[in-house]
Amino acid sequence: MPTNTIDPTTWVDKYSDYLFNYTIVRVDDKEIAQDLVQETFLAGLKSMKNFKGEASERTWLISILKRKIIDYYRKINSKKGKAEVRLNYNSDSDSEGDWLEERVADPFDANAEGEIENKELGTAIHNCIGKLPEKQATIFKMKTIQGFDTETICDEFSITASNLWVIIHRARTALAACLEKSWF
Amino acid sequence: MGKSKILLACDEANHVCDKAQYKEATLWEKIRLNVHLIYCRACRKYTKNNLKLTKLMKSPEVKTIDQRDKQAMKERLMQELSNHQ
Repeated sequence: MPTNTIDPTTWVDKYSDYLFNYTIVRVDDKEIAQDLVQETFLAGLKSMKNFKGEASERTWLISILKRKIIDYYRKINSKKGKAEVRLNYNSDSDSEGDWLEERVADPFDANAEGEIENKELGTAIHNCIGKLPEKQATIFKMKTIQGFDTETICDEFSITASNLWVIIHRARTALAACLEKSWF
Repeated sequence: MGKSKILLACDEANHVCDKAQYKEATLWEKIRLNVHLIYCRACRKYTKNNLKLTKLMKSPEVKTIDQRDKQAMKERLMQELSNHQ
């Protein structure tokens, strides 16, 4: 039974920051990271019918993103890789290149993965922000990360300043609880 | 309940603490907060966690995508979506 549904119209708001933080520690370039996130969304759109609803939307998008990151590394390393194979390995054409795959440790080893993710502050925070109600998350991000002032945000959402502070307070309390285990 | 000139209630103290995280608390408010913290353990804990959270959020590792770029992403996605169906 599919328990999770899919709705591409909310992807950018809900997941782009999380995916972006996940990517940027792995590719270390803002532009490339953004491109990879965009490609992930587009690829997700294409294979939407394959989504069985067993995993959450976000897990599913992350698994696409992982492939995109691997592909990206393949692309930039392809020239270097070939040269190395020819130099170091025999020229037996059938097995050429096999050793590379055998020898390279799997960077996405399942157990190491969770461990790493917890140690990445950016991903950890966006993971926790992702658990907040949507409006709370947006307002908190605008106020704290993007540094908009109170007035601008109040106008945008047509709320009063005290509304805003209540939202900020709730978000901060929830985030502190969420981050407590690994970061406080 | 009569409001004291110097003593804050806990909810007020937390509100000042939140504002202070964004440098929006006045000096007088901050003084009153600190007086409150002298005798209130719960608020001390909240303030400590709040400061830590602010520090974490300020670390350069935490990034968001620009609102404009997000909008562009959304448009691209919507365009693709309409081609798709």
